[in-house]
Amino acid sequence: MKTKILDSTSFTRTLSRLAHEIIERNRGVENLAIVGIRTRGEYLSRRIAKSIFEIERIPLLTGALDITLYRDDLSQLDKPIMKGTDIPFDVSQKKIILVDDVLFTGRTIRAALNELMDMGRPAYIQLAVLIDRGHRELPIEPNFIGTKITTEKTDDVQVMMKEIDGEDGVYLIMN
Amino acid sequence: MTETLTPKLKISHLLGMENVSREDITLMLDTGMSFREVLERPIKKVPTLNGKTIVNLFFESSTRTRIAFELAERRLSADVVNFAASGSSVSKGETFKDTVKNIEAMKIDMIVVRHESPGVPQFLTRISDATIINAGDGAHEHPTQALLDMMTIREKFGKLEKLRVCLVGDISHSRVALSNIYGLKTMGAKVSVCGPKTMMPKFVEQLGVNVYYNIDDVIHDGVDVLNVLRIQRERLHAVLFPSNEEYNKYFGVTKKRLGKSSKPITILHPGPINRDVEISADVADSEHSLILHQVLNGVAVRMGILFLLGTKGKAN
Repeated sequence: MKTKILDSTSFTRTLSRLAHEIIERNRGVENLAIVGIRTRGEYLSRRIAKSIFEIERIPLLTGALDITLYRDDLSQLDKPIMKGTDIPFDVSQKKIILVDDVLFTGRTIRAALNELMDMGRPAYIQLAVLIDRGHRELPIEPNFIGTKITTEKTDDVQVMMKEIDGEDGVYLIMN
Repeated sequence: MTETLTPKLKISHLLGMENVSREDITLMLDTGMSFREVLERPIKKVPTLNGKTIVNLFFESSTRTRIAFELAERRLSADVVNFAASGSSVSKGETFKDTVKNIEAMKIDMIVVRHESPGVPQFLTRISDATIINAGDGAHEHPTQALLDMMTIREKFGKLEKLRVCLVGDISHSRVALSNIYGLKTMGAKVSVCGPKTMMPKFVEQLGVNVYYNIDDVIHDGVDVLNVLRIQRERLHAVLFPSNEEYNKYFGVTKKRLGKSSKPITILHPGPINRDVEISADVADSEHSLILHQVLNGVAVRMGILFLLGTKGKAN
């Protein structure tokens, strides 16, 4: 069964709220950089950066992280297509907002944190996610949450984005 | 959460380029390109092969291939053991099979092998459970060199299909040539070979390549890439050409010769270069030479291959 959790309008509103929260909590955007986890986290991070620009009129540093090489389950999976990490700035001393679409076990975030730490020493890292679906396997909690939903471990959460899927929306697929 | 997944590499070992599919070659080249970014990072090391043990089993001397493999392995966080035949138990009379069995008893995951006898990597897959990568077996194949050459050419031209590539030099003793021919043909390139008759294998046309005995004809007919092979004095047991000067006069890639081409020709060379024998110094150092770029890609493409094969799970 497939249930719509966010439609296009609430999707946009949620991202706009996240942008406001990020500015508020960090007291502005000075030294702030936003890094998305490929694939959809990257597009989300670009949208949030755009919202922040519309509010503050200051462009943020943006980057994309491919965590494939830091995964802990490489032998079990089919190979993800490596798209490469693209962080065109020095992460040292930056306040980094890490963005992903769905927070589930926390293992992706663990991999992303390790990769970021290998690139330098950020001032701090905060985590923003569109969906928190629970079932954490590591002690990782987000700083900014779009929507929190209750799921079964076997469910799938599907995030669709205009840039690659033709529409904005979030679906819960119960298996 | 949904990720685009590619099918796994079809091959479980990299023994040669013969019979490796176009999909597998493309995946290896794409993955190699992704690793270029890792080489630009301040910390050029990722934890991907943490806990895996790789043995570099070199029965033949090698500097750049061994260093490129070792760097690639260490940058993927694998544990690396180097084995060189000289000064080892092999010189005490141990058989090849016993040597391998002993090394394998130490619980290893991958073997990178170079040996003067063709077919050794293939043989290793029969006596070992480890994943095998051929780093050169006699005059047979040297697949990682062909992959880095193809990666370099594809990066420059954006494709391999329909490109005209000529391998120049000692074709009959060259594993680089054979691997390049197989790989490039699979990718749809137009491949030719050029060299003295004494260095041309019999029936080479059956590999589907054009054969030239004169470098000026190659340039006259039009070519996009010249992959200039090293004259391997150590492999030549017979005298196949009178002197270096003589070879240079008839087959040397020189600025003057290249000047006859209407458009610039890209130059590759697997190294080490014999300056002013197979290639003149000004050509090797020119803007159309990708020789040092090949070295960079050599590490990246090997990281890609080790990553794809090393995370594949047990070969079976």
